[in-house]
Amino acid sequence: MISILNAISLWILPIIILTILTVGLIKKVPIYEVFTDGAKEGFKVSINIIPYLVAIIVCISMLRASGFIEYIGTMFSGIFEYFRVPIDVLPIMIVRSLSGSAALGIFSDIAHNLGPDSYATKLAAVMVGSSETTFYVLAVYFGAVGIKKFRYALLTGVLADIIGIVAAILVCRFLV
Amino acid sequence: MNYIFYGLILFSIIFGAISGRLNDVVNAILSGAELSVKVAFSLIGIMAFWLGIMKIAQECGLVKILAKFLTPITKILFSDVKSDNEAIGDIAMNFTANALGLSNAATPIGIKAMQELQEVNKDKNSASDAMCMFLAMNTAGFQIVPATVIAILVSVGYKNPTEIILPVLIVTSIAFISAIIIALIFKNLWRGQL
Repeated sequence: MISILNAISLWILPIIILTILTVGLIKKVPIYEVFTDGAKEGFKVSINIIPYLVAIIVCISMLRASGFIEYIGTMFSGIFEYFRVPIDVLPIMIVRSLSGSAALGIFSDIAHNLGPDSYATKLAAVMVGSSETTFYVLAVYFGAVGIKKFRYALLTGVLADIIGIVAAILVCRFLV
Repeated sequence: MNYIFYGLILFSIIFGAISGRLNDVVNAILSGAELSVKVAFSLIGIMAFWLGIMKIAQECGLVKILAKFLTPITKILFSDVKSDNEAIGDIAMNFTANALGLSNAATPIGIKAMQELQEVNKDKNSASDAMCMFLAMNTAGFQIVPATVIAILVSVGYKNPTEIILPVLIVTSIAFISAIIIALIFKNLWRGQL
């Protein structure tokens, strides 16, 4: 199973790239010129998102440094015991919408400390595996086109994240 | 966004002061700003590469073909965007790349889709319904194979790491569908309010 998955993930990019280039050549598209033309855009876009990234990432770094996330953890520990959710996964729930690398960091910490057979490791794996860094996605995508009013995009993302967390707890209870 | 920005910073400073970690909070400003630039710079190369490849895909008509396949779905989700708009094809490509766990490829394509949505957006400062829907799809993080998580599980000696794939697929599908439904509900609630 895992070797099939590895093979798929190894081959998928080369196949996509080759298909695009081959079809381009057949259709007589000047692929080299078109490529460099498109690549120039990439530079501009990356620079354009810096102000937006600074705003969001600085805010989130400050919040994490203030110790607020640990504080929430102690506050909700009772509820967690009630639903039989290991308290170790709580930081992941809070962090996973804010910072992908932090969520991965906490996850590998749990996996190393509690071992592969613990329920916390499995639950944490499902939570991290099924999440996307909502705040980062919004900063990058809206930043790239200069949107300043997010309207309901942030609320939608956060609500879906909460549903994802609840779903992870339920699915793990029955499946893992 | 103004209130969220203000609130997060005010809250961090107050909370940091109470918990005696104000020093860490101040340092976080510096490290956070540095990290943002690092993130943006690490994007430049891969961004350039994928936008180059995507431009070829677009010129030779591949994006249009992919978009046509997905028209029935995108018509419902992106009712305010014409189905022959290039954005529809790019959204389809972005979704495919995300589902396969190729976030390096998904981000540049997604940004391109956003630029095309911005062109048909009436208020250039404010997110259109199509953009909110597109980002709802993206933030839900639909993914078939969570490669990084599996790699970490393998590293700690997890016996059967692929057993995590099914639960992840179920959870991520629930989150994805909920995100779309929530965005559709908000689209009607938010009407007129910009």
